[in-house]
Amino acid sequence: MSSETSTVTSEPPPAAVASVSSFNINDTELTLGLPGESRKSGAKRSFSVIMTDLNLGGTDPSDSECSVVTKSPPSRKQLVGWPPVRFSRKNTTKSDCKYVKVAVDGAPYLRKVDLELYSGYQQFLCAFEDLFSCFAIRNVSREMKLVDPANGVEYVPTYEDKDGDWMLVGDVPWKMFVESCKRIRLMKNSEAIK
Amino acid sequence: MACSFPEEVLEYVFSFLTSQKDRNAVSLVCKSWYEMERWCRKRIFVGNCYAVSPRIMIRRFPEVKSVELKGKPHFADFNLVPDGWGGYVYPWIVEIAKGYPWLEEIRLKRMVVTDESLELIAKSFKNFKVLVLSSCEGFSTDGLAAIAANCRNLRVLDLRECEVEDLSGHWLSHFPDTFTSLESLNIACLGSEVSFSALERLVARSPNLKTLRLNRTVPLEKLSKILQRAPQLVDFGTGAYSADVRSDVYSGLVDAFSGCKNLKSLSGFWDVTPAYLPVIYSVCSQLTSLNLSYATTQSPDLTKIVSQCHSLQRLVVLDYIEDTGLNTISMSCKDLRELVVFPSDPFVADAIVPLTEQGLVSVSYGCPKLQSVLYFCRQMSNSALISISKNRPNLTCFRLCIIEPRAPDYQTLEPLDIGFGSIVENCKQLTRLSMSGLLTDRVFEYIGTHAKKLDMLSIAFAGDSDLGLHHVLSGCDSLRKLEIRDCPFSDKALLANASKLERMRSLWMSSCYVSFGACKLLGQRMPGLNVEVIDERENINSIPDYVPVEKVYIYRTVSGQRFDMPDFVSIMGKDRDGVYNLS
Repeated sequence: MSSETSTVTSEPPPAAVASVSSFNINDTELTLGLPGESRKSGAKRSFSVIMTDLNLGGTDPSDSECSVVTKSPPSRKQLVGWPPVRFSRKNTTKSDCKYVKVAVDGAPYLRKVDLELYSGYQQFLCAFEDLFSCFAIRNVSREMKLVDPANGVEYVPTYEDKDGDWMLVGDVPWKMFVESCKRIRLMKNSEAIK
Repeated sequence: MACSFPEEVLEYVFSFLTSQKDRNAVSLVCKSWYEMERWCRKRIFVGNCYAVSPRIMIRRFPEVKSVELKGKPHFADFNLVPDGWGGYVYPWIVEIAKGYPWLEEIRLKRMVVTDESLELIAKSFKNFKVLVLSSCEGFSTDGLAAIAANCRNLRVLDLRECEVEDLSGHWLSHFPDTFTSLESLNIACLGSEVSFSALERLVARSPNLKTLRLNRTVPLEKLSKILQRAPQLVDFGTGAYSADVRSDVYSGLVDAFSGCKNLKSLSGFWDVTPAYLPVIYSVCSQLTSLNLSYATTQSPDLTKIVSQCHSLQRLVVLDYIEDTGLNTISMSCKDLRELVVFPSDPFVADAIVPLTEQGLVSVSYGCPKLQSVLYFCRQMSNSALISISKNRPNLTCFRLCIIEPRAPDYQTLEPLDIGFGSIVENCKQLTRLSMSGLLTDRVFEYIGTHAKKLDMLSIAFAGDSDLGLHHVLSGCDSLRKLEIRDCPFSDKALLANASKLERMRSLWMSSCYVSFGACKLLGQRMPGLNVEVIDERENINSIPDYVPVEKVYIYRTVSGQRFDMPDFVSIMGKDRDGVYNLS
């Protein structure tokens, strides 16, 4: 992500959150600030994540911000160089990368994302915006959808789990998702949204 | 005093002196011994590449075959030294290529090594045999290709935890088919896949291969093929240790490992599939060194392995081993000399980890030869430290990292002063100490009083005042390397002990209270020191003298100021020509 969009503030999300269905595309021309903040002119992007209280399956507090995607896991504020472990050792909780294929219905080729890079669904969705720069992310009740504003086609993120079943992304806590996800498919929702 | 021995005899005697310390001592006896020694010194160790210039080295020691250099300070390992600080090896290679055309060995640690440097090495030294790069960066696999292609007599290519720009694995195929002298190959830090068939052929035509450490991309299914080609291996590092469980792969590995009668050291084990761990059981009893620190598997699996390693001298493992595993080690590994326990989840403050101070206490109790400890844990007590010191007065290296800064004794909530005090008092041979937890000036008083053999000390988030630093600098007679971060030490102790700094290799202080003014003064007063202020703020020259510097790195040098500094590094108290500035 470009540095100008890393203007994450530490303010809590505003109490009144506009309902998703009343957003139009222009509302999505945002900085990465939280909804209700004034837009900074120099930091616009065509599409960006709509910052709502996603309230996904997990309650990871870091999910409340879409910060610049980094490799460092979310925890209390980190001191530089403490504890004194070398970078090569930083992620030995699991294998330090978990690449999964991402397929989009209708796209000619697949992408791969490293799920270990993200600490929650929020950050993860931001990555989709980068990978597939045509999407905006919308949230209808508890489900996540990605929309191609050019034609209003909706895509539903699904994933194949360890048992081989296709599940909806977002139901389980983030860490559980990372553990069980084998690959991801953005399925075209047959209804187009006006 | 005339020298009554013929030179040849003395030279013969000197040839048995391998340690740098001994050779340095010999060269101080008299002028003729100095002369004789300098002509027959074959190995040079330069602990700080900015302490001496390559020309001075070559002028004094004309017949060197092996050069070892270190660059960045130790805290660079933890990202405390900004990129671009220095430590470039290229100027050294240029001079060495002219001065030592028959050089055989180069060992570098924490240096910036470019592809250009590697290419220059590859074409300058016809008899080049050994290249060891530890924690180096700045080069790509293209540089490795140049080494592979040109160094006909290469025996050792050892890349330890380097940051390599991995363009492709193709470089390995640059070793010519006529190349058969390889004894040691360590590519564990490389990310990209090397051609397996090229690797297999290389191993097959290297009858002297004793050390082979593969990288993660070499699949477990293919490991037995490699081992079958090199059953003579003494030191082996696996690739990723995961695969679907298949009986043919399993039995292939069992057979391959049991064929390795000389195997003494195992490492690798990324992404362990626990079902495959038993394949190494047949070699466990002969292992002297085992590195399971990438094996993210639980205590029972780890314990089953170590309980069979009765000859183990060195163990590196994650805190997944738990106290129970360490207890098993204390009973099964009676020859253990070195224990390293890394944290599995270093950045989670309140992780519940069933590894506590008890594990270390048991190992200290049960392993009579234990000398060296690096231990990460989340709680510690004075009583545990006292027990450890009484159990193991033979400790030479004690590095304890309690993850939470300034954590007190978890039982009494007191500082850990008396615990560490006990360590330095009882362990009279201690040469290296790293401390953590809640520590006041008192611990430094203990250290200054007792730690007379201490060579290297690392301090973080400790102390109350300059008195602490003063105790260390005035009391530790053997101290050569001191590294300090986030301690309330300021100008007084530093300036009062300025002459001590010339008897040390280096002092690092970051996030302390040492001021710009003090650094300038020190640099002016001590021409034999480079006082480097490392500070990334803007307009450094307009910062008032009383403001603390971000970081200061002070080292003795005979080569004067360096001229390869980035803009965030200033050598204080000397003008640009290296003359000290009295204004």
